Amino acid sequence: MIVRISTEAQYELDESDAEQLNELDNAAVGACESEDEQSFHQVFSQLLDFVRTKGTPVPEDELAISDVILPPPDTSLEEAKAEFTGEGLIPG
Amino acid sequence: MPGLSGRMSTIVKAKISKLLDRAEDPAETLEYSYQKQIELLQNVKKGIADVVTSKKRLQLQEEQLRQQVVKLDTQARQALAAGQEDLARTALERKNVAQTELQSLDSQVAELEQQQERMTESEQKLKTKIEQFRSKKEVIKAQYSAAEAQVRISEAATGVGEEMADVGLAMQRALDKTENMRARADAVQELEAAGTFTDLTALGPGEDDIDRQLKQLSSQSEVDADLEKMKAEIGAGSGPAGEIGAGGGQAAPGAGTGAQPSEGQAP
Repeated sequence: MIVRISTEAQYELDESDAEQLNELDNAAVGACESEDEQSFHQVFSQLLDFVRTKGTPVPEDELAISDVILPPPDTSLEEAKAEFTGEGLIPG
Repeated sequence: MPGLSGRMSTIVKAKISKLLDRAEDPAETLEYSYQKQIELLQNVKKGIADVVTSKKRLQLQEEQLRQQVVKLDTQARQALAAGQEDLARTALERKNVAQTELQSLDSQVAELEQQQERMTESEQKLKTKIEQFRSKKEVIKAQYSAAEAQVRISEAATGVGEEMADVGLAMQRALDKTENMRARADAVQELEAAGTFTDLTALGPGEDDIDRQLKQLSSQSEVDADLEKMKAEIGAGSGPAGEIGAGGGQAAPGAGTGAQPSEGQAP
């Protein structure tokens, strides 16, 4: 599974990481919906760190299509509200 | 996939499918896509130049402010040596404002530096991807039948298209930040033009409002501390001679004792 952190890089993650990624994603959606700035930034950086630590960077000379695209690390709550809605990253 | 993954990839996919519809000839599609990539790379270069220009402009402002700080400090010493404490206080207040502004400019320059670095990285990455696409396109053109080529082109174009969209996004964010800073820099320049940081001796009528703003802005205690320090230095005989220097001719000692400069000056 290839995950891109916008404006940063692409990472290759194991399929088995999808579940935890989904949980973090749902938490981010929750923080967005309750407009809780502090918990949004906390959950969102957890999500990014999860991708960075679990994933292996995709080599720069590879043209890979991402399965999941995350917003840029400096995304504000306002911007995120437009992105993180409904089911979030992965439905279910 | 709905949610956040949808947004950009959908846009990318829409662009790519449009691109693929354009030309039935795979070779033409490849060339068109390649040309678009080169265009984006040019835009990124322009964006970097934009950030560098803004940074240089801020650095120039910093330089001017630094000179202003030195000048105001000198003026305060001269005023104090001539026994005009109020005038010295005003000079120190202005120095304080200029110093605060200088600190803020420092962090803005640092931020721009970061944007520049980030964009240069993006540029490098995009270059590598484009190069990869270029060699892939030659392979596809040489080795595959038209039907096979469509599939390969779609893959390569979507991959590079995603990268292009991402670089485009990174650039947009960097430029937005630069734009905000530029607006702020313009505001500072206006303040300067309005006389906030100007020479004390050039004080004219109608500046009471600026004086009031200055008082609100500046940290009074810092000014007091500066003043005390200066008094001590001058008292110890290490300060400049007790006369207003060359630049202070207009603020003649006869301008009144204890009067606020803004009230004491005739037009």
